[in-house]
Amino acid sequence: MEFEPRLTRNWDDPSVIGLEGYVAKGGYEGLTKALEQPAGDVIQIVKDSGLRGRGGAGFPTGMKWSFVPQDTGKPTYVTVNFDESEPGTCNNRQLIEAEPHRLIEGTAIAAYAIGCHLAFIYVRGEYLWQGMILQRALDEAYAAGYLGKGAKYDLDIVLHRGAGAYICGEETALLNSLEGLRGQPRLRPPFPAVEGLYASPTVINNVETLMNVPDILTRGADWFRSLGTEKSPGTKMFTVSGKVERPGNYEIPLGTPFRVLLEEYAGGVLGGRELKAFTPGGSSTPMLTAEHLDVGLDYESIAAAGSLLGTGAVMVMDDTDCLVEAAARMVRFYAHESCGKCTPCREGSWWTTRVLQRMQDGLGREGDVQLVKDMGTNILFRAFCALADGTASVINSSLKHFEDEFEAHVREGRCTAGLKSEALSSTGVGSDAER
Amino acid sequence: MELFTGDVLQDARTIIDRYPPGRERSAIMPLLYLAQSVEGQVSRTALREIGELLGITTAEVEAVASFYTMYRLRPTGRHLVNVCTNLSCMLLGAKDVFAAARDAAGVPPGGELSEDGLVTLHEEECLGVCEFAPAVQIDFCNHDKVTPERMRELIAALSSGDVPEPSRGRAMESFAHASRVLAGLER
Repeated sequence: MEFEPRLTRNWDDPSVIGLEGYVAKGGYEGLTKALEQPAGDVIQIVKDSGLRGRGGAGFPTGMKWSFVPQDTGKPTYVTVNFDESEPGTCNNRQLIEAEPHRLIEGTAIAAYAIGCHLAFIYVRGEYLWQGMILQRALDEAYAAGYLGKGAKYDLDIVLHRGAGAYICGEETALLNSLEGLRGQPRLRPPFPAVEGLYASPTVINNVETLMNVPDILTRGADWFRSLGTEKSPGTKMFTVSGKVERPGNYEIPLGTPFRVLLEEYAGGVLGGRELKAFTPGGSSTPMLTAEHLDVGLDYESIAAAGSLLGTGAVMVMDDTDCLVEAAARMVRFYAHESCGKCTPCREGSWWTTRVLQRMQDGLGREGDVQLVKDMGTNILFRAFCALADGTASVINSSLKHFEDEFEAHVREGRCTAGLKSEALSSTGVGSDAER
Repeated sequence: MELFTGDVLQDARTIIDRYPPGRERSAIMPLLYLAQSVEGQVSRTALREIGELLGITTAEVEAVASFYTMYRLRPTGRHLVNVCTNLSCMLLGAKDVFAAARDAAGVPPGGELSEDGLVTLHEEECLGVCEFAPAVQIDFCNHDKVTPERMRELIAALSSGDVPEPSRGRAMESFAHASRVLAGLER
């Protein structure tokens, strides 16, 4: 596909990991431009650009910033969500490995827009090296006078490491974690914009979201809208993994058909096999199938197809993969990561894991498929935060598209999908070979 | 205090100073990493003393420490080996990689610590390197596209006292060393 890359345009130049290289490519010009105008105008430009949050929910970024009240007498905070943990997602990681200063610049612009003088970057614990890269970049930015008390705009940025809890990617859980509490979600309202970190007005933005901001300031809202769709402007990073020829992180304009991402970018299904199922936006977004190859990858089109854009994490399964095994593994993830606050999530995910496990082990009972279905219904929208809905998405979407396969597991006591394939014995890939 | 004295106490003060006055409790996570970097795990003593440093109870500290998987409240090997078995890695053979790690390290069924006490092995959730599946971390340093054979080599290297070079970034000497970096005390 022909277009001018934005977030990834400097990826072939290793020097942009450092401040000097980044500045040579026009880095920090967006911040300079922002500081030349009133904060309200900065918010308006970001609003006009139509930039939407890239962390999953797709909320308009400029609007989020405009919700921050300026008259409370309390400090305001920007908190960057770099707790990238949605299974199948790793684009934030590579964005930081390549160009950490772009995030610092975006964060500084957001801070100026809402009048914040202390920002936090919450880094996923397992991203040890990426945190080191970011800390080095922060040190450089301080030394060069972009940050700190003597900077043109007084801003401190503190890096805070997580410690292995998926739920801390949920923004209110992240705030609790940052305050030194267990990372459990908070009841909303009050929303973080009004009462967030330390009960003060807070903006929480995803890494990719903020990395879009510097260019919006230098090139303008109309430029930003020149790619993507009317309601989903700009480009988005997609992580493609699983059974594809060229797994990786790819930047494409929003609205690009899934077929283009799969075939042109990721090189198609591994070994030229048939596409069976894929998650369009991470394991918590409902799975789609080969009939959705031409769905546009933007918020609206994916919603119309019955799923969500999520974090843009595409995990691909081919016709030799067992959907019961895949669903069981994904639900087990949610069981492990449930914070334990809400019963439908805590108990539902564990119970479903057990039932799916016995199906997989050939010990499925009559009525198990219906039981799992009921679990999906009873988990969806019945918990505090969206983690539970992720569990339900796996259950509901796998049954919607592959109920026969679940029934066959119970009836035959084994997987029929995997065994149909002659490829298994030759590659020995995955656990299908053990079955 | 037993643990937070001398240099360790000094490090603790550096960590606490990162957060606004009156918000010292935010330092609890890096302080737990600091304790872990000294002791190789988080002991009861550490939980109590972090509480004393921050003016909160031991129970409040333990509530936080037990919530997160990267704090080890049990005896832990010199090295922590994490094998991702989530979907993308599973589809490309991660279960075999995990089995190879378990056998090579000599971790008993259902256990997590190798019999020689060198390696703690974890079946891990998505490590965020899905394009390099199957993914493994040794002391939070990444090893990409690990086959069962490669897994056995990595464990053998650890057993002979070496630290294998990660696919990207630099190697950590041990789980304790990684914890010190995670506390933000090493650039």
